[in-house]
Amino acid sequence: MAAPYDLNDDSVVVIIGSGAGGGTLGNELAQKGIDVVVLESGARHEHEDFINDEWDSFAQLAWLDHRTTGGGWRVAKDFPNLPAWIVKAVGGTTTHWAGASLRFQEHEFRTLSHYGKIDGANLLDWPITLAELEPYYAKAEDKMGVTRTNGIEGLPGNNNFKILKAGADKLGYKECHTGNMAINSADRDDRMSCQQTGFCFQGCKWGAKWSTLYTEIPKGEATGKLEVRPQSHVVKIEHDASGKVNAVVYADKDGKLHSQKARIVAVAGNSIESPRLLLNSASAKFPDGLANSSGQVGKNYMRHTTGSVYAVFEKPVHMYRGTTMAGIIRDEAKHDPSRGFVGGYELETLSLGVPFMAAFLDPGGWGRSFASAMDSYANMAGLWIVGEDMPQEQNAVKLHGELKDQYGMPIPDVWFTDHANDVAMRNHAYQQGQALYEAVGATRSFPTPPYPSTHNLGTNRMSEKASDGVVNKWGQTHDIKNLFVSDGSQFTTGGAENPTLTIVSLAIRQADYIAKEMAAGSI
Amino acid sequence: MTTIYEQRPGISRRELLKRGTVGAALIIAGNAVISPDRAWGMETTALKPETMATLIKLARDIYPHDAISDRFYAIAVKGHETKAGTDAAHKTLIEDGIADLDKRAGANGYRGLGWEDDRVAILRDIEATPFFQAVRGDLVVSFYNQKELWPHFGYEGESYSKGGYIARGFDDIEWL
Ligand SMILES: Cc1cc2nc3c(=O)[nH]c(=O)nc-3n(C[C@H](O)[C@H](O)[C@H](O)COP(=O)(O)OP(=O)(O)OC[C@H]3O[C@@H](n4cnc5c(N)ncnc54)[C@H](O)[C@@H]3O)c2cc1C
Ligand code: SF4
Repeated sequence: MAAPYDLNDDSVVVIIGSGAGGGTLGNELAQKGIDVVVLESGARHEHEDFINDEWDSFAQLAWLDHRTTGGGWRVAKDFPNLPAWIVKAVGGTTTHWAGASLRFQEHEFRTLSHYGKIDGANLLDWPITLAELEPYYAKAEDKMGVTRTNGIEGLPGNNNFKILKAGADKLGYKECHTGNMAINSADRDDRMSCQQTGFCFQGCKWGAKWSTLYTEIPKGEATGKLEVRPQSHVVKIEHDASGKVNAVVYADKDGKLHSQKARIVAVAGNSIESPRLLLNSASAKFPDGLANSSGQVGKNYMRHTTGSVYAVFEKPVHMYRGTTMAGIIRDEAKHDPSRGFVGGYELETLSLGVPFMAAFLDPGGWGRSFASAMDSYANMAGLWIVGEDMPQEQNAVKLHGELKDQYGMPIPDVWFTDHANDVAMRNHAYQQGQALYEAVGATRSFPTPPYPSTHNLGTNRMSEKASDGVVNKWGQTHDIKNLFVSDGSQFTTGGAENPTLTIVSLAIRQADYIAKEMAAGSI
Repeated sequence: MTTIYEQRPGISRRELLKRGTVGAALIIAGNAVISPDRAWGMETTALKPETMATLIKLARDIYPHDAISDRFYAIAVKGHETKAGTDAAHKTLIEDGIADLDKRAGANGYRGLGWEDDRVAILRDIEATPFFQAVRGDLVVSFYNQKELWPHFGYEGESYSKGGYIARGFDDIEWL
């Protein structure tokens, strides 16, 4: 039923990327009867094909094209070619993601006004408010089946959650539960309920966790208005003499180049590839890259202030059993500068299997201290810190000066250094996490450094004024009316919350806008 | 391909005794490294067997798990032998790195140092070298990604085929 469109069909909306942003936008437009071609770099693996094995799954799904990274963060030293842990496959990173689905808080849309100017930070208010986004949050929660919304029950707590909850009670935290998860706690939307297999990061083989791969995409295809073209890697967006985009050039699985005509182009390749593509599409008319009159394309790269705390107990925990991230403490998410930093953070349960634990517990670590920690694996509990980081102009996705990819395009070089606020927040969170576990009898705990970025944000940010950012409140680029950005790179600031619910809400809202403007003939 | 085989016949216990090497030390015979209890052996073609024996010792010093036998360390480092067979630069990196360890260790070489602490002191001095980085960086995957070892760590691996943990203890903690 999927509609195949002709390369010369210039009436289609071309979406680049099929993850949270692109997959959602594609389905929403198709439901409105708009013709859509989704070009996706990665292959299509249905959920039955996912692998319950960390490294094998990583090889199957992760984005492994050459990247470099620099700056002061530890990832640059420990994982010099893996700045981010994201996916190249139909469904994008919604195959790997854990499902935590939180709304932003009201003040997080206006950080500059609320926090005031912060040295070294490029803070800016979003051009939208929580109130404007609320109806779309509600639609997204319903679409994704988020627990504790729409009358959907919470997931049952696993062992890792029980430890978190006991510690939260000891520390006097009030808001601790099994999370708002886009994971079915009961059968819903023709998908079954969570079987507690514990491989959420490797793709849910049961389809219990929402992913565009087996929700949005097949629904869109069923309308006959959506074509997903896998293994189609876009290398360049082209424009006409008037400056409107009119085609995208992509390489198929054999590396052969094709040009797909387009009425509208929406970029949703995640926050490293999206700005890279705009920069790589530079032309005589747009020498600094598309939509880059502000100079902000690729800048303000954010990745959340993260870190983990693992702790060892006298008796077994088996934290890897059950839903990976169904557990949260929200008490620290508020903005309370008396803690020594602006913004807040969430604490969420997290577990890694033995292979990833060895790689990430203390990258580069070795010797008895490390090995004895691994020997205690069965008795470990773990949590993840996710907090608001400061946008900084020099934290950026740039084009590499020399290195090119297999298509001859400059590879991305990702620069990141923590802001002092990020460091203060992380240290506070480490302290709280370690205190929490010690309060329930931990004999040893580990403040584990951030992993390669799973949340990548901000590199085509939204702004009221064209001089401050790349896109307007609809994700439409300030410079080119029929060019949109539809992923997390739109984020003006990052909030303390995991980003995907907001990405999906923005995509639903953007689809309404695009449909309206197309009907009005203005794009 | 480098193979690890179990219960190597060939060498009799008497012969081993003659060589005076029965004990905790790995045995070098011809181009093979053999475990002291003869439970397994490993032939080398690219790297010297002495180099392989030292690599195994080095691997244990990097990730010392006393309840895990040398066999798993041997499996974890055999990739260097395979790679050295086709990559001359890698062969040099490993052979030179091991030779350097032996030199730093003195008369009896790295394996001749009886105390782990003495060997680790040498490793702390060289941990920034490309040699150490290459060995450790490979080992963290090749060692901990061995499914046979996961029970030691109390990790159960794949769970989909068993229906997940929904009826198998995802919330069975009782000591809290
Ligand atoms: C392990 C893990 C756990 C996570 N858990 C959570 C969580 O619990 N909650 C949460 O909110 N978020 C979570 N995230 C983050 C979440 O997955 C991302 O925020 C979200 O998927 C981003 O959506 P996106 O549309 O921006 O990009 P993606 O979902 O990454 O999709 C981008 C797609 O574009 C494709 N693409 C890129 N460049 C091109 C090109 N040039 N041509 C064609 N296609 C291209 C990519 O292959 C990819 O499929 C997690 C991420 C990871 C890795
Ligand atoms: S724990 Fe639940 S959501 Fe996670 S992979 Fe297993 S069934 Fe899917």
